[in-house]
Amino acid sequence: MINESRRGFMGKAFGAVAAVGAVGSLVAMKKTWDPLPSVMAAGFTTVDMSKLAENKLEVVKWQGKPIFLLKFAADMPAVEKRSVKVGDHYYSVMIGLCTHLGCIPAYAPSSKQFKCACHGGEFDAAGINTFGPPPRPLDIPPFTIKDENTIVLGEAGPEYQQLIAALSQEQTKA
Amino acid sequence: MAEFEKANSLGEWFDQRLNTKGFWRVMMTEYWIPKNINFLWAMGALLAMLFTLLLISGIFLLMYYKPDVNMAFDSVNYTIMQEVAYGWLFRNIHGVGASVVFLVIYIHMFTGIYYGSYKKGREMIWLSGMLLFVLFSAEGFSGYMLPWGQMSYWAAYVITEIFGGIPFIGDELVIWIRGNFYVSDATLTRFFMLHVLLIPLAILGAIVFHFYTLRFPHVNNEEGEFFDYKEESEKYLAGDKANAKVISFWPDFLSKDFMVISIFMIFFFYLVFYHNAFAMDPVNFDKADSLKTPAHIYPEWYFLWSYEVLRGFFFDIAGISGKDLGLIAFGFAQIIFVLLPWLDKSPMVKPANQRPVFKYWFWTMMAILFVLTIFGKLPPTGVNAWIGFASSIAFIVLFLALPFLTKIEAKMAGGK
Repeated sequence: MINESRRGFMGKAFGAVAAVGAVGSLVAMKKTWDPLPSVMAAGFTTVDMSKLAENKLEVVKWQGKPIFLLKFAADMPAVEKRSVKVGDHYYSVMIGLCTHLGCIPAYAPSSKQFKCACHGGEFDAAGINTFGPPPRPLDIPPFTIKDENTIVLGEAGPEYQQLIAALSQEQTKA
Repeated sequence: MAEFEKANSLGEWFDQRLNTKGFWRVMMTEYWIPKNINFLWAMGALLAMLFTLLLISGIFLLMYYKPDVNMAFDSVNYTIMQEVAYGWLFRNIHGVGASVVFLVIYIHMFTGIYYGSYKKGREMIWLSGMLLFVLFSAEGFSGYMLPWGQMSYWAAYVITEIFGGIPFIGDELVIWIRGNFYVSDATLTRFFMLHVLLIPLAILGAIVFHFYTLRFPHVNNEEGEFFDYKEESEKYLAGDKANAKVISFWPDFLSKDFMVISIFMIFFFYLVFYHNAFAMDPVNFDKADSLKTPAHIYPEWYFLWSYEVLRGFFFDIAGISGKDLGLIAFGFAQIIFVLLPWLDKSPMVKPANQRPVFKYWFWTMMAILFVLTIFGKLPPTGVNAWIGFASSIAFIVLFLALPFLTKIEAKMAGGK
């Protein structure tokens, strides 16, 4: 009997030590797979909007992602809750990844459409999904308008906050 | 410990210490295989052979490959393909082998389905086989990333993005898997680790386990006949090999396997030397560019059917987005084969052509997989999208109907 209880105690003691070790190991392994601090801190991209031509897509890189910048021509109406006014012109500022599975859609200036080659998704010039599997419009990256020619990607300015607030209102309504 | 006599030969010396003769007998000369089989039963040995080829060619590639976004592409396409003597040979063996191993896996798997080798005591054979299929798929996917061409990059991108569909944690999970916001150096190095160490280790373990699962239920035979292995093996050992229903694993069964392997290897090296282009997508000879998706991306041929199920749902149904429906269907396609032993409610273990209902199910399934594979490669536009949608639905309905169809079959068989 005494031996049995001693063995039981040793079993429980080992179980406790092993459990602490297992939890610690799992935490360490999970953290090893985390993005590095340098990656997380990868910061801000400043864009000079005055260099953009009308109805011609400009792609800049922010946090490794392609950002679509499209200057609207006179015949392209601004879209409420999506178009961004910088200086005198309206622009689309969007993350250029298809909201289906993250391919980069191509822009066709003639039809003013984004077409994704992977699974056939289509978006209009404002990034609203019009055909295919994409479940929602192209995402809008955090940005702030510095002056009439410059925006900074990665910093959430008041214009961005307004767009996001309008979007989330829409979602709660739906 | 028993007293050791002085050994008269090297063989005896090892036998005294390791019981090599007993081990050989249990594993080889008295491990019984049914006699009533055909060449399809050689696919297992063939797969072991192909895995060995992949392992050896992989070891040689590993000597020159550099897992770094700036060096990976050139280390494969310049160093290995052009500078290293016979580097091209090892790459071709590895690339063609990876493609052909899936061909043989599918033959092996559909042989098992056709002959009903997944039920009545053989469930663990089936499950461990499906585990191997998953591991080989992960191995194929992680390896495809390493040359760091455009297809490597965008396949990695799309497949990791799939995890974003998991509720609540999806977005963070994708970043965690990649080690960055996008597929990057951190992604390449961790998938390199998976490809060359962790998954091969798991595959080796799973192969050993798969062999072990065969030990007690025994290999199925052409007629699905159940017989007394002890009785039959005694006939064999008594010298009545003509009437025994079994043969030994070695030398009888394996010598036939070696014949099939020989023929297959001639075909395989013919592909390696003269027709390797099918395993070397031209798009992957452009270096990875995170800002430019190739005009048309598609996976290797062996993933096309499940890829087509993924993208088959291109519009919303009943308020569920097309993306989520595609992901649900994709998840369904991934696990449904695993559940086959429990979806087939018929007690019959027979080749499909002798089963009144199952034969239609089997050939319909093969036809649907064929259509999905063809359309998985075509651009998803116009009528193609609708055919993809229809065949994805057909695939799901087919598997959901299987329990009901096989129950009807069980009744027709009269409770046998």
